[in-house]
Amino acid sequence: MQITVTVNGIEHTRDVEPRLLLVHFLRDSLELTGTHWGCDTSNCGACVIWLDGAPAKSCTVLAVMADGRAVRTVEGLETAAGLDPIQQAFSDKHGLQCGFCTPGMMMTCRALLDENPDPSEHEIREAISGQICRCTGYENIVRSVKAAAAVESGAMQSSAAQQGVTA
Amino acid sequence: MTTTEDARTGVADTGVASTEVAASTPMGYGSMRRKEDARFIRGQGHYLDDIVIPGMLHSAILRSPLAHARILSIDTSAAEAHPKVKAVITGETLAGLGLAWMPTLSHDVQAVLATDKVRFQGQEVAFVVAEDRYAARDALGLIEVEYEPLDPVIDAKHALDPEAPVIRDDLEGRTDNHLFDWEAGDSAATDAIFASADVVSECDMLYPRSHPAPMETCGSIASMDKVTGKLTVHTTTQAPHAHRTVYAMVAGLPEHKIQIIAPDIGGGFGNKVGIYPGYVCAVVGSIVTGKPVKWVEDRSENLMSTSFARDYHMHGEIAATKDGKLLGVRVKVLADHGAFNGTAQPSKMPAGLFHVFSGSYDMAAAHCAVTGVYTNKSPGGVAYACSFRITEAVYLIERLVDVLARDQGWDPAELRMKNLLRSEQFPYTTALGWEYDSGDYPATFQKALDIAGYDELRAEQREKRARGELMGIGISFFTEAVGAGPRKTMDILGLGMADGAELRIHPTGKAVLRLSCMTQGQGHETTFAQIVAEELGISPDDIEVVQGDTDQTPFGLGTYGSRSTPVSGAAAAMVARKVRERARIVAAAMLEVSADDLEWEKGGFHVKGDPSAARTMTEIAMAAHSDLELPDGVEGHLDATCVYNPPNLTYPCGAYICVVDVDGGTGQVKVRRFVAVDDCGVRINPMIVEGQVHGGLADGIGMALMEVMAFDPDGNHLGASFMDYLLPTSMECPSWELGETVTPSPHHPIGAKGVGESATVGSPPAVVNAVLDAIGVRHADMPLTPAHVWRAMQGRPLRTDLAIG
Repeated sequence: MQITVTVNGIEHTRDVEPRLLLVHFLRDSLELTGTHWGCDTSNCGACVIWLDGAPAKSCTVLAVMADGRAVRTVEGLETAAGLDPIQQAFSDKHGLQCGFCTPGMMMTCRALLDENPDPSEHEIREAISGQICRCTGYENIVRSVKAAAAVESGAMQSSAAQQGVTA
Repeated sequence: MTTTEDARTGVADTGVASTEVAASTPMGYGSMRRKEDARFIRGQGHYLDDIVIPGMLHSAILRSPLAHARILSIDTSAAEAHPKVKAVITGETLAGLGLAWMPTLSHDVQAVLATDKVRFQGQEVAFVVAEDRYAARDALGLIEVEYEPLDPVIDAKHALDPEAPVIRDDLEGRTDNHLFDWEAGDSAATDAIFASADVVSECDMLYPRSHPAPMETCGSIASMDKVTGKLTVHTTTQAPHAHRTVYAMVAGLPEHKIQIIAPDIGGGFGNKVGIYPGYVCAVVGSIVTGKPVKWVEDRSENLMSTSFARDYHMHGEIAATKDGKLLGVRVKVLADHGAFNGTAQPSKMPAGLFHVFSGSYDMAAAHCAVTGVYTNKSPGGVAYACSFRITEAVYLIERLVDVLARDQGWDPAELRMKNLLRSEQFPYTTALGWEYDSGDYPATFQKALDIAGYDELRAEQREKRARGELMGIGISFFTEAVGAGPRKTMDILGLGMADGAELRIHPTGKAVLRLSCMTQGQGHETTFAQIVAEELGISPDDIEVVQGDTDQTPFGLGTYGSRSTPVSGAAAAMVARKVRERARIVAAAMLEVSADDLEWEKGGFHVKGDPSAARTMTEIAMAAHSDLELPDGVEGHLDATCVYNPPNLTYPCGAYICVVDVDGGTGQVKVRRFVAVDDCGVRINPMIVEGQVHGGLADGIGMALMEVMAFDPDGNHLGASFMDYLLPTSMECPSWELGETVTPSPHHPIGAKGVGESATVGSPPAVVNAVLDAIGVRHADMPLTPAHVWRAMQGRPLRTDLAIG
C-alpha cells in the first residue's frame, strides 16, 4: 500500500508491504542506514527514532503506521548550523565506542533534553534504560548528556543576555 | 589499610591521567577525540547491513527446533517454487561440493548445514536465497524437515555417563562424548603442598555459559566474480586475514583470489572471530546464483548458534599456612564445549590460557586438569572478552581466596595484600610457567582500597548488619595475560600469532598506516595514529589508519584477546622507528652531514650541538621523494614494513572493589559502588582506556547478576532473546570510580599492555564476592539473580545452567 512519511522534513511516498517494519522502511527503502536494527524484541533501542516528536522503537512500528506522520532520525540531528550539541557531546565525552547503539541513544537523549534541560544523573539513566550499550558501561553516555545540557544551558543564558541587551 | 577522606567523597586526585580531551590534537599520546566518531555521531557509519551491492540477494537460514535428532528427510520443493526464491541449499547440496563440513579452529569439524543429525537447537539445516529479506524468511516456512528425535545430552556432568547418547557419531570410531583431557602444572608437587598445608579450602563453582552479544549481529555479503574468479566477502570479522586463510582452506579457493573486507563493526567481544555456517552458505549462494548474497542473522540466531562463552564446571582447592600464606592451588575442570569443538584460541592450548589461574599471588605450586566434553549445545567456548579463558581463571582464584578467608575468619583484603606479588619479584615465573613481565600489585591494590575507603566501608557494614541490613564488599585482584603470541608457542590453525604493519609517509609529510588487526569499537583509527605520531612527530590528524581489508593490509591474526595494542601496537611503533631511521639518512643527505651526527627531536632531526641545522619530517618526506642525491644503497621514498613477533605476553593487572546492598526480602542486588584501579602500562589515549574499562565493568555486572544461557532437559535454549538473556542497562550500572597505576611492560616497545578485556576478566568475582559477603553465603553460582540470591539465602542455591531447583 502507498504511504507518505515525512522524514527529517522531507516527504517520501512509497508503495510498501503492510508488514514492512519502519526500521526496514528507513534503512532499505529510504537508504537512511543511521538507524540500526539490533534485537527484534524492543529491548535494545538501537532503532530509536522520533515519531511525531516522541522517541519510538522503529523495529516494532510498521511503516504503514507512520503514514502521514513525521519521523526524525539521526541523520536529522545535524543542521546547517552544525552538529546538535548532543552529537558534539558524545564525541567530546567519549560517549560511544562501536557506534552501533549511538544513533538510538542520541535520539533518546535529544528528546530528554528537550523535555528536561537539566536532568539529574538518575533521570538520564532512567531515560536510556530501555536501550543497551555493550561498550561504554553507560558512564560516558551520562557524561555526554550532562555536557550537552551544560552547553545548551550556557547558550540559552547567553542568548537571554543578548536579548536583554537589545531590549 | 589506609583511606583518604577526599577519596570517599569522590573528589580525590586518584592519579588518573586526564581523560578530558585536549583543546588541540596532541602530537602523540594523550586524550583526544576519536577520529572515527565524526561518522558515527552522524549515523554515517558503514556497518555490514548498511552495505548494498548492485544485484544483491538476501538469505535466511532454517534452523533445527530440536537439540538432538536424526534428519529423515528435507523437502524444499515448496520453497523453491516461491516466486522470489533464487536458491535453496541443503546439507546434501553442500555435500556434493565437499562443503557440508568445515574445519573448526580447534582441530574438529563442524557441520555447515546438517546432513545426518542436528546436534543443537538452532543448528543450521537449510539456506534460502531470495530477492529480499522478507521473502527469504517466508520461504523458510515452506521447507519441510522430518526429524527423528534423539535423547539429548544437556548436563555436562552426565556427558560421560556410559548410557549417554553419542553426539558425534559422525567421527569414525567415536563411542562417547569425551573431547580431551589436558593438564598443566606439577601434579605431584601440588599434591605434596596440599598434603602438608595447615589449611585447605575447596569449592565447586560454575562459570555459566554466556554470550558476547554485540549490538550488531554477525553477517556477511559474499560476491563471487565469475569472470575473474575473485571472491569478495564483506563480513563482520575481528580477524580478516585469518578468515581469508580459512576460506581458502575450506573452499579450496586460491588465497590471492579472496578479498575479505571488514566494514565498521558494531561490537565484537570475541563473537566475530570464528567462521560461521552462514558465511560459508553465503559464498555458496553467490556461486550458485551468480549474484552477491547477503546473510545477516537475527538476534535469536546470534544468541543460539554463534560462539558462546565459558561453561566451565570447576572444583577448586586452595592451600595455605595457618598464618595466611598461600601455598598452592589445584583445580579440576569439566569443560562443556557443545556439539562441535569450535573454540577460537591458540591451537596448542585446549583450555586457552586458563592455566594462569594461580593469579596474582606468590604460590609454590599449582595444577589443573581439564576434561572437555561434547553436549547438545552450540559450539564456541572462547569468546566474550575472556582473553582465552582468563575470565574463568580469575573467577576461580578470586573466589577461592574469598572462600579461604571466610573459612578461616580472615579479612579478604588482608589475605590478598599479604600474598600479592611484590614489584621486586618481577619478572616472576609462576608455578604454571608464565613469566609475568611487570607490576607493583600491592601499590595497585592499596590505591583501590584508598579510593574505596575500605576500613570505613567495613565499619558501615557492621553498623548496617546490626540493623539487619545487607551490605557487601567484594574484592578481586586480577592478572591478565594478553598479546598472543609469540608465534613459536601460539598459533591458530598453524598461523603464528605475529602481526604485520606498513607505514608510508607521503611526499607532503602525511602518512598512511596499514594494520592487520581490526577495530570493533576500540578506536584503532585514533590510537594507532597516536602511536605513530609519538614516534615521528606527525599529527594524528595527518595519519590515516587502514584496517579490515585484506587487499589493503599486511597479514596478521586480528583483534581479540586484547592483542591489538600489545602486538599490532608494537608493530606500529617498530615500523615508525624504521621509517625514522630511513628519515635520518635522508636528513643527513639534506644537511650534508653524517647520519651519526644527527639527533632526533620529535618531529625532525638536527645536527648535534646545532639545533638550527635541522630538518622537519615534512621537509624530509618531500626530500625523500625529490631529486636529492641519496647515499648508495639507500632507496628513495619514505616507507617501511615490519612483522612484530611478541617475545612474551604482556601482563596487565587490576584491583577491583564492589559494594552492594541486597534486599533480603526479594534478593534484589543493588551495586552501589565499583572502584577499579587498572595498570595497563603506558596509556596511549587515557580517554579510550577508561572507556574500555567502563564497558568491561558493565560486563561484570551482567555476568555476575544477569546473564546466563540455560537449557531445559530437552535442550531448549532458555536465553534466546534479549527478553531472556538479560544484559545490564544504565540502571544496573553504578557510576564507575576509576584509578590507575602505571607499570610499563619492559619488553613492549612503548611499554603498553592490552586493556580491552581487563575489566571483563576482573570484575565478575568482585561482584559475586560482594553479594555473597552481603548475604553471608559461602558460595552460589552466577548469575545472582534476585530469585537465586533469595534461594541461596535459604540455603538452596540453584543449578543456574539448567534452570532447575
